[in-house]
Amino acid sequence: MNQTRRGFMGKAFGAVAGVGAVGALYAMKKSWDPLPSVKAAGFTTIDVSACVANKLIVEKWRGKPIFVLKKTAEMVASQNEEQAARDIVVGDDHFMIAIGLCTHLGCIPAYREDKKDFKCACHGGEFDFAGIDTLAPPPSPLVIPPFKITGNSVVLGEEGPEYKKMKESGVIA
Amino acid sequence: MAHFEKANSLNEWLDQRLAVNTLRRVLAKEYWIPKDINFLWAMGMVLAVTFGILLVSGIFLLMYYQPNVATAFDSVNYTIMQEVEFGWLWRHVHAVAASVVFLIIYIHMFTGIYYGSYKKGREMIWISGMLLFVAFSAEAFSGYMLPWGQMSYWAGMVITNLFSLGSLEVNSLVEWIRGDYVPAQAFLDRFFMLHVLLIPLAILALIGIHFGALRIPHVNNQKGEEIDFKVEAEKYKAGNKAASKVIAFANDFMSKDMFVVAVYLLFFFYLVFWHFNFAMDPVNFDPADGLVTPAHIYPEWYFLWSYEILRPFSKDIGLIAFGFAQVIFFLLPFLDRSPNAVPASRRGAFMLWFWIMVVDMIVLTAMGKLPPEGIFSTIGLVAAVVFIALWVALPFITKLEKKC
Amino acid sequence: MKELFILAVVTFFSLLTYWLVEPFAHSQMHAHIDSEQFAYADLPSLTKEGDATRGADTFMAGGCIGCHNVKALGMETGMSAKDSAAAYGVNPPDLSNAGAIYDAKFLAAVINNPAHATMVEHKFSDTRPHPMPNFYGAGGDIEQETADIVAYLQSIAVKAEEVTPTMAFENACGRCHAVRYTNWTQMGEKPAFKYKKDELRYDADVLEYQDSVKAYMGKLPPDLSMYIRSRNEHYLSTFIENPQHLLKGTAMPRTGVTAESAEKVIEYLKMAGDPKAEERNEVGKTVMIFLVIFAIFAYLWKRQVWRDLH
Repeated sequence: MNQTRRGFMGKAFGAVAGVGAVGALYAMKKSWDPLPSVKAAGFTTIDVSACVANKLIVEKWRGKPIFVLKKTAEMVASQNEEQAARDIVVGDDHFMIAIGLCTHLGCIPAYREDKKDFKCACHGGEFDFAGIDTLAPPPSPLVIPPFKITGNSVVLGEEGPEYKKMKESGVIA
Repeated sequence: MAHFEKANSLNEWLDQRLAVNTLRRVLAKEYWIPKDINFLWAMGMVLAVTFGILLVSGIFLLMYYQPNVATAFDSVNYTIMQEVEFGWLWRHVHAVAASVVFLIIYIHMFTGIYYGSYKKGREMIWISGMLLFVAFSAEAFSGYMLPWGQMSYWAGMVITNLFSLGSLEVNSLVEWIRGDYVPAQAFLDRFFMLHVLLIPLAILALIGIHFGALRIPHVNNQKGEEIDFKVEAEKYKAGNKAASKVIAFANDFMSKDMFVVAVYLLFFFYLVFWHFNFAMDPVNFDPADGLVTPAHIYPEWYFLWSYEILRPFSKDIGLIAFGFAQVIFFLLPFLDRSPNAVPASRRGAFMLWFWIMVVDMIVLTAMGKLPPEGIFSTIGLVAAVVFIALWVALPFITKLEKKC
Repeated sequence: MKELFILAVVTFFSLLTYWLVEPFAHSQMHAHIDSEQFAYADLPSLTKEGDATRGADTFMAGGCIGCHNVKALGMETGMSAKDSAAAYGVNPPDLSNAGAIYDAKFLAAVINNPAHATMVEHKFSDTRPHPMPNFYGAGGDIEQETADIVAYLQSIAVKAEEVTPTMAFENACGRCHAVRYTNWTQMGEKPAFKYKKDELRYDADVLEYQDSVKAYMGKLPPDLSMYIRSRNEHYLSTFIENPQHLLKGTAMPRTGVTAESAEKVIEYLKMAGDPKAEERNEVGKTVMIFLVIFAIFAYLWKRQVWRDLH
């Protein structure tokens, strides 16, 4: 009896100390979270009114390059259903907006204005002007970031109704 | 090659490879501590815990601190204190621990002096302990530079100036230490390195030596009784724990240590959350400015007594007295000529010496902070002279001490 | 018990040392200043009842809006903060809520003689007059006219309880002092810029503004980000009330804020320099409760282990 009780108190003390250790670990975990200033910088507003059709613009959002491509009328007309579903329409203009990182291993593909497609220099992957992968190795289309359309601008980092709709229809995984 | 058999438990498996059972036996279960001790013997554990707290909180500060004269202040006071979740907690814990660790060190030291725990084979415990004191002092000073506030800058200026060695005017040495004419970028960088790498390494090594130095002479006890550890350990192992004069480090001594640590942590975290100003001087919340000296400049409280020994004298004598104060404690085991390793209460004149020393150092500490004017200057001078006189007198009064 | 006696001795010497190096030493280094309760007792009391409607006319006739904005009523001088500072040394305060932020007695005194009311007469002379001219009256009873203007300012201001920390700070302190931790410059809150060149342009304007203030004050007033930690609340409060008390001869004018506004200013400084105070208290309580439980269990364990040893 005495023997068990002694063992018990030692274990009970150990358990209480363990609770303290977990508390300390919680604080340590929180200390590694991104800082508020980093999170606050997670929103970027892009004014797309000055964009020229078939000219790629690269912006920066959360440290990543963002492709903004205004489509010409012919491009819009030539699109199939899958390509059109990825259009972001601001006013009367149709845009391809996506994170400019190849879905294979994260290199930045280059836009070829003549061929109206993207070519990744690292492993040769290709995407069409709607950002859909057309040549392996990339396994999936360029990722569309959360966006919200306000007037002539697109705010990245916020989920607007158009973004939510794309998500529901499965255009965005 | 050693012979390995199939292990029946994780413990056995580890024991075959790492000798964990032997380690546990040598370091804990059969590491013998005298039974006749009081809570002051737990100060070593309290120090170890505090050092652990400093290490962990320091690691988290290190991840956001920027050792650059342009950004250091803001990385501490804005990024760490305001942006990083619980960053304020790491900083308060680190600052308060850095101050409280000295309180415990002083208690630990004076416990050793009172009970004569630096004699009769325990000299290396004392000397390694004093080396730890010096290493902690350097660690505290270098850490004090890092927030790059007004006190950091001016403490850096004043303390490095000591190395001009008075009238010798060795300014090249001062400039070499700073890497600049004044404390600036090079200075901050190298003190950052000292604080987070070199001195902590030295402290870890010294802690190893300090612990190692305990093994052969063993820990002293409350009455200064000479214990035959072998005989007493046999009694303990035979199950006659009550009659044995020794206890095992774990769990016997450990359980008592942990209770003392718990009480200490209550005190410590009270300071961290509600009473931190004594350890985080308000003046250091002004950014460093090489063109404005603060109205009152003083070291942290634990350096005040030696600072005050420097202050009342003329420049060169002050420096010599200061140097004397830095090394004299090292020599305690050799200046004490008495063979008695017993509590001061049984040592006649030494008891008087001990209490005068305690009071004198507190007086020096107080005067070190007060503005050096009027009566305070006089008291400071007298206390500094008394300090030196006490050390000069020590060999004589201990030589005359009767054997007990 | 012997251990308790030893503990008492150790505690006594620790507390004695603490008392000597902290409360006692600080009492010797810094003289204690008692608050005057923001009474502004040195200024004459308002003897006349002010009339806001009359005050509006006097206010317009007196030419106040030549230098001061009253943005709440759409009255603007048309000068940028930088240009105002270049012209007057510092951007004159917007008077929209002056009636709520400043003490009425002080307002009257500052209208009649700004250098006297703000206690900076040592800085100005006939050859170097205060940038705000004294009000010598519009021809009638000057005391009445002053009271009318004060009544008018109070009538257009928000209610005293609606004064926010930012409003109080901006008006009373923020035109001379920056607070980089709240992104506050002497010209106002620094906006976010997309292009570096726009930001540099703004920064250059701030530097020019600061040059004007530097010339006016003798040196650039300090950034107040960490003042809640580097000074204490009592110091700040008594300093705001009367800078000359704690810093004789300082160029800083007495701001003349009400006691409530001073509290708001301090609240603002807490926001800037110690925003985690609340969290610190909360976490502190949890940690203390945990440690009490920890200590109880440690004690029970010790007692259990030591039962065999005695």
